Amino acid sequence: MVKKKDLSKGLPDPSALMDEIMAKYPTKIAKKRMKSFVANDPSEDQEIQANVRTIPGIITQRGCTYAGCKGVVLGPTRDIINLVHGPIGCSFYAWLTRRNQTEVPDGGDNYITYCFSTDMQDENIVFGGEAKLKDAVREAYEIFKPKAIGIFSTCPVGLIGDDVHAVSREMKAELGINIFGFSCEGYRGVSQSAGHHIANNGVFKNVVGNVDRPRAGKFQVNLLGEYNIGGDAFELERLFEEAGMTLLSTFSGNSTIEAMEYSHTADLNMVMCHRSINYIAEMMEEKYGIPWIKVSFIGAEGTAKSLRKAAEFFEDATLTAKVEEIIAREMKKVEAVRTKVLPKTEGKLAMMFVGGSRAHHYQDLFKELNVTTVSAGYEFAHRDDYEGRKVIPDIKIDADTRNIEDLVVEKDDKLFREDLVAKKAAMLNKGYAFSDYEGMMPEMSKNSLVIDDVNHWETEKIIEFYKPDVFCAGIKEKYVVQKHGVPLKQLHSYDYGGPYAGFEGAINFYVEMERMLGTNIWKMVDAPWKSEPEIVGSFAFND
Amino acid sequence: MLLRHTTDKIIERKALTVNPAKTCQPVGAMYAALGVHGCLPHSHGSQGCCSYHRSALTRHYKEPVMAATSSFTEGSSVFGGQANLLQGLDNIYKIYEPDIVAVHSTCLSETIGDDLGQIAAKARTDGQVPEGKHVVVASTPSYVGSHVTGYANMVEAFVKYFANKTDRLIKQVNVISGWVEPADMRELKRIMGLMKIKSVLLPDTSDVLDTPMTGKFEMYPKGGTTIPEMVSMGDSLHTIALGEECTTLAAKALDNKCKVAYTSEDLPIGLKATDRFINTLSKIGGVSVPDSITDERGRLVDTITDMHQYFYGKRVALFGDPDQLIPLTEFLLDMDMKPVYIVSGTPGKVFEKKMSAMLAERLPEAKFKNGPNADMFLLHQWIKQEGVDLIIGNTYGKYIARDEKIPFVRYGFPIIDRVGHSYFTSLGYVGGLRLVEKMLSAMMDHQDATCSEVKFELVM
Repeated sequence: MVKKKDLSKGLPDPSALMDEIMAKYPTKIAKKRMKSFVANDPSEDQEIQANVRTIPGIITQRGCTYAGCKGVVLGPTRDIINLVHGPIGCSFYAWLTRRNQTEVPDGGDNYITYCFSTDMQDENIVFGGEAKLKDAVREAYEIFKPKAIGIFSTCPVGLIGDDVHAVSREMKAELGINIFGFSCEGYRGVSQSAGHHIANNGVFKNVVGNVDRPRAGKFQVNLLGEYNIGGDAFELERLFEEAGMTLLSTFSGNSTIEAMEYSHTADLNMVMCHRSINYIAEMMEEKYGIPWIKVSFIGAEGTAKSLRKAAEFFEDATLTAKVEEIIAREMKKVEAVRTKVLPKTEGKLAMMFVGGSRAHHYQDLFKELNVTTVSAGYEFAHRDDYEGRKVIPDIKIDADTRNIEDLVVEKDDKLFREDLVAKKAAMLNKGYAFSDYEGMMPEMSKNSLVIDDVNHWETEKIIEFYKPDVFCAGIKEKYVVQKHGVPLKQLHSYDYGGPYAGFEGAINFYVEMERMLGTNIWKMVDAPWKSEPEIVGSFAFND
Repeated sequence: MLLRHTTDKIIERKALTVNPAKTCQPVGAMYAALGVHGCLPHSHGSQGCCSYHRSALTRHYKEPVMAATSSFTEGSSVFGGQANLLQGLDNIYKIYEPDIVAVHSTCLSETIGDDLGQIAAKARTDGQVPEGKHVVVASTPSYVGSHVTGYANMVEAFVKYFANKTDRLIKQVNVISGWVEPADMRELKRIMGLMKIKSVLLPDTSDVLDTPMTGKFEMYPKGGTTIPEMVSMGDSLHTIALGEECTTLAAKALDNKCKVAYTSEDLPIGLKATDRFINTLSKIGGVSVPDSITDERGRLVDTITDMHQYFYGKRVALFGDPDQLIPLTEFLLDMDMKPVYIVSGTPGKVFEKKMSAMLAERLPEAKFKNGPNADMFLLHQWIKQEGVDLIIGNTYGKYIARDEKIPFVRYGFPIIDRVGHSYFTSLGYVGGLRLVEKMLSAMMDHQDATCSEVKFELVM
């Protein structure tokens, strides 16, 4: 059994560990990586390097721009054909692997279970692939008659000069359905993050605002950056419905293009995953005057806080009362389970390296279980996700960021909600915070180690140093970490469990941690004869 | 319905692939490279490729899959990826310390025209490759062939780089394995052992992608074909290449380079293909077949004859890779089953030729197709037109199986919702028995779950 660290006097200073990690790197690399490490001190404004290129040869967790665009943002929407223009692999790997659940009404469209590709061949690379793309769009329309088709560019598309946007326009005119393209070639940015931005731009330009629809409820909201992994969105839909808030559209868990088309008629946008979706929130505010708030429905406390905050915006006594009633009822259930599992989780150590928001949000769940997060970081976040939105004006815009179009958004004179702008001003005066993401680092303990874009070598070293009880990351890290004898919880796919959002989700997570942190199976790793004296010589069964 | 938009109305497609029965070259190259000891696969392209391939292999094996990437950005895509690969190699040798880096290309680096051979040569000259370390390169453009092609290209690259002919002849046989599971590679070695034939197996992912839990992570597990073994392949008596699509390139390269003649055989899947494999081994090695192997064969035949009534006339839909589908189809035919629908996204004439030869007389109504637009959507449409009793293929088949309420046997790559495929072989007579057991169980579980109470049987 590994000897645990004594943390009774707080977390140890990780400086020596950082030096040891850097010692392995060539000098230039060490200098660069060091900037992505912070020994956290929440009492100070510390800067971390983020959203910069991964160094070639480094075994990184990161994926590509296409993955962020097609896989993350558009993948969970069920009534659109997502046609991938490229060789077969890109579409194949993004086929159902993010396990976005969706509930399809009878007779409704659902293309999530399908994988569409132009399967580019060498002649398409040499002579251009636009003709094949057009044919593929026509065939998709003829066979499936979808309401919308999204076209996603893979690496070779941009290089050979296929214009997916021109093809989209032409096909839209020919077929009379909404067709739009994304220039989300894998190499466009430094990570998936660029793909999120490109997806946000495309959805905002081509979908949001297409349909004006009469109000469906008194309190209309959108939930942004919730992808319904393991049924998270179902859990939240249930809460909003009971509270009496009308969830117009979720970007994009359990969503439809149709609902996104009238999402601009909401009164408030709630942003879950700040990294992947803040762009749409900002653009909707500029164009339609809809304010946004940061929420987190990961963790029971966070869920209660976020529900209260949303209700507070509407300044309605009935709504507030209903929300309080729900919170009181749910917290009772949550507390019962929390108390039951605490003996198994209390005092344990966790680390998490994932995403652009989960590594932050899940710390709340662990706090509720009295588990200390000793080290954390994002895979593809930017400085604002670590340090808070206050640093946005100071973030240096490098060449990689400049590659991604920054949409110029103009006020929609007809639909702009001056009433919401006035409301926002009044609420601000009362101390209600909008566009308010303070980032991960201010909430982490002193001396916790923050690492951006952690890589394989660093993962090994921090496991060796902290000997965590649970490590949270993704599928590529899962068995690497577990071979060390440390259980890994996947926070992309939830290890095919969940939901973990909302109150029910918190309960599920508590029970899951009771299993992972309380089990004895890891003690069976060593064979019994390894700890017994070796038997010398033998007297039987020899040839 | 999970695949609610699929109907029996087939509209011919020439451009759109729906639910592919293949993926792209680099993942095959990565898998093959993992079967070499002390080797770190490296993906020369955007980091998404490497991430996707590692994820796909990890989900299939539930094991660490280590590989590095050149992490292209827009700049490298415009100016070429040489700088990225040179820096990458330098970092890899310093940080991860492999003996070999096996670099494969991607559609990105191929489209911009990066020449891996030239870059590797420069790396050697410029000192990015330390003394005694190796860089092996394979061109694996994703827009040509399939994952099978990538595997074939990487295995060929290893042979070309390492195999060396000296003036001494080694009394050993090279076995170049097609894309099979670690358990299958282990089974091939066991069979060679039983036959008392000294052999080199390339690649060999046993003890790499089925490693034991020890509480210690090994970046380079103990398995994998070693460098001395690969070098010695040039002095072997003969090469047996198992699975034409995956191994012919390597077998030919070895013949050209070192004049080691080769025999191409189907993967030993099922009875007759295993018979041919054992016969070939016996002839090439000049050894008689031991009774233990004859007994294994006997047990397989015994089970097939005992259970014949449950197989006879059963209609089967198959999808996967040509090297597996060809002997599997033969096996099903030999058991009097009807492999009526067969698709593979992997292009190549071998499939068409061998399927025609087997099916034209024995099952003329069978429909089979490979290459462009031969996908699972087409297979499903065929099933919609006239149903089958069993589906065999990778995990994606479960969506069809559930919609159509058809028994389903997971076989091929990827299997990401069950375990066992990496631990229990489906090669040889032992593996044949496992296939028979899996098919029987699937069909009988289905019968038990769906038949009327009156017809519910205790003994079957």
